[in-house]
Amino acid sequence: MLFKDFDPLKEEMLQILDQKGNIVNDKLVPKIKKATLMKMYKTMVLGRIADDKAVQFQRQGRMLTYAPNHGQEAAQLGSIAAMDDNDWLVLAFRELNAMLYKGVTLEQSYLYWYGNEMGAKYDEDVKVLPINVPIGSQINHAAGIAYASKLNKTGEVALAFIGDGGTSHGEFHEGMSFAAAYDLPMIVVIQNNHYAISTPRKKVIKSKTLAQKAIAYGIPGIQVDGNDPLAMYLAVEKARERAANGDGPTLIEAVTYRMGPHTTSDNPKLYREDKEVQEWAKKDPLIRFKKYLIDKKYWSNKKDEELQETSKKEVLDAFKKVEKSGLVDLEDIFKYTYEKLTPNLEKQMNAYKKYLDEVGE
Amino acid sequence: MAVKTILQAINEALDQSMEKDDSVVVYGEDVGHEGGVFRTTAGLQKKYGEGRVFDTPIAEAAIVGSAVGMSVNGLKPVVEMQFSGFSLPGYNQVVAHVARFRNRSRGKYHLPMVVRMPYGGGVRALEHHSESLETLYAHIPGLKLVIPSTPYDAKGLMMAAINDADPVIFMEPKRIYRAFKQDIPEEPYEVEIGKARIAKEGNDVTIIAWGALVREVEKAMKQVDDIDAEIIDLRTISPMDTETIIKSIKKTGRVLIVHEAYKSFGPAAEIISRINEEAFFYLEAAPKRLTGFDVTIPLPKGEHHFIIDPKQIAYELKKLMAEKA
Repeated sequence: MLFKDFDPLKEEMLQILDQKGNIVNDKLVPKIKKATLMKMYKTMVLGRIADDKAVQFQRQGRMLTYAPNHGQEAAQLGSIAAMDDNDWLVLAFRELNAMLYKGVTLEQSYLYWYGNEMGAKYDEDVKVLPINVPIGSQINHAAGIAYASKLNKTGEVALAFIGDGGTSHGEFHEGMSFAAAYDLPMIVVIQNNHYAISTPRKKVIKSKTLAQKAIAYGIPGIQVDGNDPLAMYLAVEKARERAANGDGPTLIEAVTYRMGPHTTSDNPKLYREDKEVQEWAKKDPLIRFKKYLIDKKYWSNKKDEELQETSKKEVLDAFKKVEKSGLVDLEDIFKYTYEKLTPNLEKQMNAYKKYLDEVGE
Repeated sequence: MAVKTILQAINEALDQSMEKDDSVVVYGEDVGHEGGVFRTTAGLQKKYGEGRVFDTPIAEAAIVGSAVGMSVNGLKPVVEMQFSGFSLPGYNQVVAHVARFRNRSRGKYHLPMVVRMPYGGGVRALEHHSESLETLYAHIPGLKLVIPSTPYDAKGLMMAAINDADPVIFMEPKRIYRAFKQDIPEEPYEVEIGKARIAKEGNDVTIIAWGALVREVEKAMKQVDDIDAEIIDLRTISPMDTETIIKSIKKTGRVLIVHEAYKSFGPAAEIISRINEEAFFYLEAAPKRLTGFDVTIPLPKGEHHFIIDPKQIAYELKKLMAEKA
């Protein structure tokens, strides 16, 4: 029903909670448990602080290149909260909030951006693929995960993220077309933050909406206010029902905005106006979500102050540990290439060790 | 024992692997209903169903990329690139992900998967149907590159590749898919990946080849009765069995490497480097390579210039034997 009502050809965007935090679509408010809402919100607060701090640490020369999420939290948390524990999360690289929600620790995330692969070794039961830097290629991984799930009837659904820029990539097309052909249990959420680094989405994509790209694959697409956690939750919840019923993939365009740079190496002042950024600041997902929870009496300003404090401490503690982590051992850069070290790799490693022994590190 | 061609041996390896292990799935362009353009996968869909053996869109990135997801989620995919010359849209997945997942996740994920691709020239084909792209795959850390030259090895190496914990690129010498038969065991067996085969023992010179060229080398030997050559069938291009090569060079002091892949930066260059590093002072003549030219492999009417035949191998071999250090 939802996907019919919001047929992408109608060019209507699903919104439930407006930017001030008022319910604008009463009938569509999804039933979300209090505990889930609070987990979403707490992750959002933690994610926001962790994200801002990462940028700050980078500016202080304490962190390497980092891809900020500020502004895109609801697109991620509304989505992941509507999934089951048994489902998979397939990342692009700007999904810190979804990762935290799904059980990747902040310490692991920081460690990864700090330049250590060990930060991508998530705990055994955490069904999250590592951060995927090459644009668009993760959609095919999600399709494969979904294929295995369908074949083995495990009931798992794969949730993949991609950016607006990623939808221009051939891998996006191949993955969507593959998943659609076999009705695979996959959900793709496009975080449309309007820029592929510096290139405005409107300049390089002719489609009126990104949700419309679904039409060619013969699957539902929907455009959603990506800064509205309730609307995102509803869209993904319905997409998940479809997937679980064997009806195949769904494409969800989350309209959002990256408040910060593409990465810490980028200067957005070169390609966008301050006025545009200020307009989007008013649409901050955190403002409306907090108001919604306070209106529902699930939350209070006092509790929020406490949460800000404990989250900040959690962030600083995690980063402190990461700063103590040091350099990667020589063995570690060799030993995960194959299951067993090949004679060739052993030779290369031992020759280098000998060099270190002889000249000192 | 049963008499089989390379093609039949590969088919049997897939069949027996699928029978033994429910997690093995086989897919690619036209591999299901039709059984592949070469019929390598014939009969499998009928036996194991459309879930485990299926036709895909013409989308190599999706074929390889979905195999990444499948391996992560418990399957053992064996996918086909219809020709190695068309594997390149999938190359991004191979290099960016297949080769790296174990390292990227520090061992949390590993990808037991096989990417099959018929390769090589000499079949009078259209453009892009004759490439030998060993270098592109052997150059990448984290991949294994396996090439059989006999039905026995084709079956044993394929079964080993499917059971390997690491991703394997399996190039099939399509020129000899049906060229000859060999009596091979009917029961499942494995041939160890990473180990070369001494196809013929000898003392005067070492000849290293793989795939369809092993047979050409063997034919060439009939034209040089007086030369006692040791023939090494490399079988695994990466990780290479350097030990077997070095041992042989230390015995013979001379080496000829024969491959159809382009010469510059090709596999022979790497083999010679290893020989220089580990057996330089055993050499009695400069190491020699007989390879494809550094030109785009020609269409059928010019291909005879490019393809290496026994006569040319015999000629190079005689020249090498005449050289004095």
